Amino acid sequence: MDISLQHIEYRYQANTPFEQLAIEDVSIEIPSGTYMAIIGHTGSGKSTVLQHLNALLQPTKGTVKIGDHEIKAQQKNKNLKQVRQKVGIVFQFPEHQLFEETVEKDIIFGPMNFGISEAEAKKRARIALKQVGLAEDILEKSPFDLSGGQMRRVAIAGVLAMEPDVIVLDEPTAGLDPRGRKEIMDMFYTLHKDRKLSTILVTHSMEDAASYADQIVIMQHGKVVNQGTPEEIFSSPVELVQMGLDVPEVVRFQLKLEEKTGVKLDKIYLSIEELSSAVTGVLNRGVRS
Amino acid sequence: MMEKMIFGRYVPADSIIHKMDPRSKLMIIFLFVCIIFLANNWVTYALIGIYTFLMLGMSRIPVRFLYGGLKPVLWLVLFTLVLQLFFTKEGAILFEWGPVKIYEGGVRMGIFISLRFFFLILMTSLLTLTTTPIEITDGLETLLHPLKKIRFPVHEMALMMSISLRFIPTLMQETDKIMKAQIARGVEFASGPFKERIKAVIPLLIPLFVSSFKRAEELAIAMEARGYRGGEGRTKYRQLSWRMADSLQLVVLVVLTILLFLLRS
Amino acid sequence: MKESIVSLKGVSFQYDTQERYALNNVTFDIYDGEWLAIVGHNGSGKSTMAKLLIGLQFPQAGEITVCGMPLNEESIWDIRTKLGMVFQNPDNQFVGTTVQDDVAFGLENNGIPRDEMVQRVEDSLRKVKMDKFLYQEPHHLSGGQKQRVAIAGVLALRPSIIILDEATSMLDPRGREEVLETVRLLKEEKSLTVISITHDLEEAAKADRIIVMNKGEVFREGTPEEIFSMDEQLIQLGLDIPFSVKMSKAFRQKGIDFSKHYLSEEELVTELWTSRFSI
Repeated sequence: MDISLQHIEYRYQANTPFEQLAIEDVSIEIPSGTYMAIIGHTGSGKSTVLQHLNALLQPTKGTVKIGDHEIKAQQKNKNLKQVRQKVGIVFQFPEHQLFEETVEKDIIFGPMNFGISEAEAKKRARIALKQVGLAEDILEKSPFDLSGGQMRRVAIAGVLAMEPDVIVLDEPTAGLDPRGRKEIMDMFYTLHKDRKLSTILVTHSMEDAASYADQIVIMQHGKVVNQGTPEEIFSSPVELVQMGLDVPEVVRFQLKLEEKTGVKLDKIYLSIEELSSAVTGVLNRGVRS
Repeated sequence: MMEKMIFGRYVPADSIIHKMDPRSKLMIIFLFVCIIFLANNWVTYALIGIYTFLMLGMSRIPVRFLYGGLKPVLWLVLFTLVLQLFFTKEGAILFEWGPVKIYEGGVRMGIFISLRFFFLILMTSLLTLTTTPIEITDGLETLLHPLKKIRFPVHEMALMMSISLRFIPTLMQETDKIMKAQIARGVEFASGPFKERIKAVIPLLIPLFVSSFKRAEELAIAMEARGYRGGEGRTKYRQLSWRMADSLQLVVLVVLTILLFLLRS
Repeated sequence: MKESIVSLKGVSFQYDTQERYALNNVTFDIYDGEWLAIVGHNGSGKSTMAKLLIGLQFPQAGEITVCGMPLNEESIWDIRTKLGMVFQNPDNQFVGTTVQDDVAFGLENNGIPRDEMVQRVEDSLRKVKMDKFLYQEPHHLSGGQKQRVAIAGVLALRPSIIILDEATSMLDPRGREEVLETVRLLKEEKSLTVISITHDLEEAAKADRIIVMNKGEVFREGTPEEIFSMDEQLIQLGLDIPFSVKMSKAFRQKGIDFSKHYLSEEELVTELWTSRFSI
């Protein structure tokens, strides 16, 4: 399912003395099957953009197209539920949304709201649980008796069981330890590949963006300042640094090395493996200043 | 809707009323609520009215803002007026239309009672408009201090109030966040039959309770770690300062009270 | 020989609800003026350690000494003036309705006279560069700013030791950097002892010493250099290895050798430069 944001603007508390412009003239195309990262600092407007992706917010200007649905400013919108079934959102600290008595009931809550039969929902719950790496014996437990990491996985399973075509992730690894972080990110990547899920990752981690995304959008002060493939985005790292944004560690390292040695490599490398090969290559060829 | 409501909201400004000690403001409001019942004729109501509007003027709260914010409450005032018009049967009949009769006494009572209601609302909102909630808490704590002798937990109450005040915005943000997360999971808060809507609140309330308990627990730990062990031996950072203007304001109100006693019929 | 400021001897602790010991026979010293990182994955016992150090829980066995005082129910309030703690969630430790009230909270608890309080609140907020926000309410502050206020609150009590209990784990990269930089400067200026409980290895890399916790026990103790030479073992413990270690490892695999095993990013750049590029 394609998503397209066309020149959208959003103002919080519009027409009150407390009005605040959150995003302005944001246009983003997300073709079906893309893994897109939206990067920016806290307050850059990335969370506001996220909420437009399944019509939690209606733009104050512009148009949001989600599949065949069009959501326009100043227009009553119907059938938003259909949109929301297709676009699942994993909010930051999703474990805060758990409320049912058992894990199973919580996972089937979403699907059943969208009219899936209980039997089917339960089947999906088992599949989703497996996808997030939890054992079935957890189904009858109370979600509040689980560890923090398990609670997060259950919440994610609840979104996956809706079987969305698009999944939106808002800092899905916040607060996890390094192992948990890697497991969750790898899991979403596998889902993206296996189920051809469009994945939209909202993050401030340049590392994750560089290692997983096909497309990167950089936001600042409510506007899109740059978008392209990771290679394109990080090919002008100095610009990013000037904007007060981070660059991935590998890129930062390459810049430091280039600055110190005065030797420029042929391009920007995005993985440790590639960069070390390139540098070793240069060394072995005996390029010396 | 919530944004436009000003009842109970603080509006910062640099005015005499803003600078007054919360204790004097609390005392004035308390006294005002009592003496307003002394008014029972046009002169006394006029006096109260003049006093109220003088106070409002001194607070420098924009009238437009007041009007916008009090609009919902004005309907209530109007409703009281209409109620009195139709149900008080005193004095001469002024107007008759079928079964509907409006008496002179009804008009008078209607105007008096709705005015009383109106002035009360204005004065109490003046308190909250010009005094931050925490100042009100501080004021209450000092005013109620003598009650400690009868073991009334004044300090605990004040601390509880200030912590609740501190966490209201946090909880509002949290509510918004959880609500959105559940909407994304297909919950409809704003539509459907009443029974369904009540049911829809559960996925919002339970997570809110859970997180509030967690917050409370963590906050208690943090407070203990920072050396909190009850009100005993604690000093206070916030200070209230009673000024000339506070005494003067009280004197004015006492004079008003005396005048009301003299002029009421 | 460095002087021990905190010492744990054979400390064990078990929660009522759990069968396993959260901490099992833990013994180590923390030295005056050092930055010690205690690392471990979630559930390794590192958070329990924080609770014991500030006396929110008492060990079932063993002894903890802080600044020469054995930690027990009588000494706990004195110890809490010497040892301040910044917790994980920026929101849930902000007690005051404004920045200045929050910093004053600890001072009020300790009965500091008002005049001195005003002075200390201002001083400590200046130290964390939050003195422009005296009247600000917490919901208008970023996570990093709230944590800096929390640090000011600790600082106002003039402690010898500051404990960061995963204090940066809920912050964005910018907030994290803000907080760590603040602590770094304060440590230098006030010769504080810093204990940072974390799973961020980049943060730990900047410590003087690291203790790795696993299953409630001290798994390894050493300098960052010693700890990071554990390589794969760290990953097995649910941790990560710092970028510079990954990078130098990749170079080593391609046949480039360095003078020592662990290098910081700067050192790595320098080594590559001096030994290879410029002759």
